[in-house]
Amino acid sequence: MKDKKKTAGVTSGSPAADTLQKPAETPQSTEKRAEAPVIDEATSALLKTIADFDGKYFEGAFNIRSNCMSLGRRSTENIRIESKTDLPGLDIRIAPGTKGEKCFIPACVTKPDVDDLVYNDFFVSEGADVTIVAGCGVHTETGEPARHSGIHRFFLEKGARVLYVEKHVGTGSDQTKKVIDPQTQCFLAEGAYIEMDTSQLGGVSTSVRRTSAELAAGAQIVIRERLLTDADETAESYFTVTLNGEDSKVNLMSRSVARGNSHQTYQSNIIGNARSYGHSECDAILAENGRVDAMPQLSANCQDAELIHEAAIGKIAGEQIMKLRTLGLTEEQAEATIIDGFLK
Amino acid sequence: MLEIKDLCFSPGGKEIIKHLDLSVPDGKLIIITGPNGGGKTTLAKLIAGIERPDSGQIIFNGRDISGLDPTERALAGISYGFQQPVRFKGFTVRELLTIAKGGELSDEELARTLSLVGLDADTYADRALDSHLSGGEIKRIEIASVFLRDSELAIFDEPEAGIDLWSFNALIRVFEEMRDTRKKTMIIISHQERIISIADDIVLIQDGRIVVEGPRHRIYPLICKQGCMVFDLRELREAARELRESAGRGAGSAENGGGEYER
Repeated sequence: MKDKKKTAGVTSGSPAADTLQKPAETPQSTEKRAEAPVIDEATSALLKTIADFDGKYFEGAFNIRSNCMSLGRRSTENIRIESKTDLPGLDIRIAPGTKGEKCFIPACVTKPDVDDLVYNDFFVSEGADVTIVAGCGVHTETGEPARHSGIHRFFLEKGARVLYVEKHVGTGSDQTKKVIDPQTQCFLAEGAYIEMDTSQLGGVSTSVRRTSAELAAGAQIVIRERLLTDADETAESYFTVTLNGEDSKVNLMSRSVARGNSHQTYQSNIIGNARSYGHSECDAILAENGRVDAMPQLSANCQDAELIHEAAIGKIAGEQIMKLRTLGLTEEQAEATIIDGFLK
Repeated sequence: MLEIKDLCFSPGGKEIIKHLDLSVPDGKLIIITGPNGGGKTTLAKLIAGIERPDSGQIIFNGRDISGLDPTERALAGISYGFQQPVRFKGFTVRELLTIAKGGELSDEELARTLSLVGLDADTYADRALDSHLSGGEIKRIEIASVFLRDSELAIFDEPEAGIDLWSFNALIRVFEEMRDTRKKTMIIISHQERIISIADDIVLIQDGRIVVEGPRHRIYPLICKQGCMVFDLRELREAARELRESAGRGAGSAENGGGEYER
């Protein structure tokens, strides 16, 4: 690999970037809409997939990162997005009591031979209740590999609530390696709540996802992971949730489909250090020569920690296919319908 | 019109269906009953294409469908309600019933259908079809899926299984609407006296053969006595003989297959 553009970071306003448009950087602005950033076709397509981008603007605060640079940014009165000074990435600060607002932080890599590493920290103040849409798309057409690694940290103050939606997708040439390695770390204060909805539904050659969370009293985390791998793709997911506070809770659900010659690894560890409740569920469907390793772990360090794990790996049940065939679907249609529903 | 001719099925060398003949006229509701293990479910699966016969023919509306797979039979106009419905992780009730409908399913039609099987749409339409549903609930949704297929021939395998007594009237209404209003043909495998009581014809199967078949008013009193299902083979064979003789005189249905049983 030659001259890899590593960790250029969010550089709003940097004159060196050939794809960089003048960012709509209005951190103090309370405007509901900013100027639409100019975005190339490949990036626009990825943004549509990962963040429902309509080609014009996002409703709410946003920062669009593409090929290590910021294509556009908007802060709102309650959600401030600022570049880090020491690392590539952003500090996103959400004001106390902010309700119902959205924040979009998508990242795309559309050039070969890019290794993008970004650190985004979300500081969610007491009583806030917001939706954060992240996600990453990698599109390459040439033979050079492309990689994005997003390291996201969430600091939720007392009673804060977050819905975090993260979609990953790879598009372009099948011959090119597309790598996405996300890390998510959550720190929940008393009574805080975060719901993580993550999905990776194809096209990513390799991914290693590491998610961890530490919960104080009464805090709760819900994690939904959906994963589809095909061909020779590999995907690894590692979850560690530590229940430190009384009555803290975790519900971790992973659903995956391994097709072709793909291989997935799932590993979870729920650690109960106090009176707490933990539930994890790993369901995987195997098709063709797909393989899955599942390693759930429960660690109870308190008598009142109630920890449960359920796991099931197997091919699509023949009875399910037969039921759909009696409704007029072909075997292939039935399989596709079952997988679509399973990963929905 | 469904005609089954000399049907044989011996999976793994074990004879389950033995040279069975049966005719099901259009618009009739036929109950197939008999002791457990007699071949009733297997026969139903053979008609729906879920199992393939070793020999014999299944003719539907004049077309030999013996070689068709389950999808092709569904498209030919045969639907099937499973005795033990399967659950789907990720599907909602609405989604399965939309597939069953084979096209757009309006909120009104969904609500009406669920109501017909005794379920409230507000509660159930968007419920997941997973293990959180009880056996009775999943069974009613299965029946709703067959109802929405609106196919020419509907087969139900023990629709009463898991249905509580309070819901029986709703179940009976579904079958009556399919036959009387929609003019559909139905084959229902059942041991339940209430369901058997609405049959046009009753077919009793034991050991892979038909012991007796005939109109409800002739067969029902023989197998339902004082509210209990009774299979008295001697009495049933005698009835079969009488029916055969009356058929010989040109008076309707006749014993079929049981003749061989007696020889």
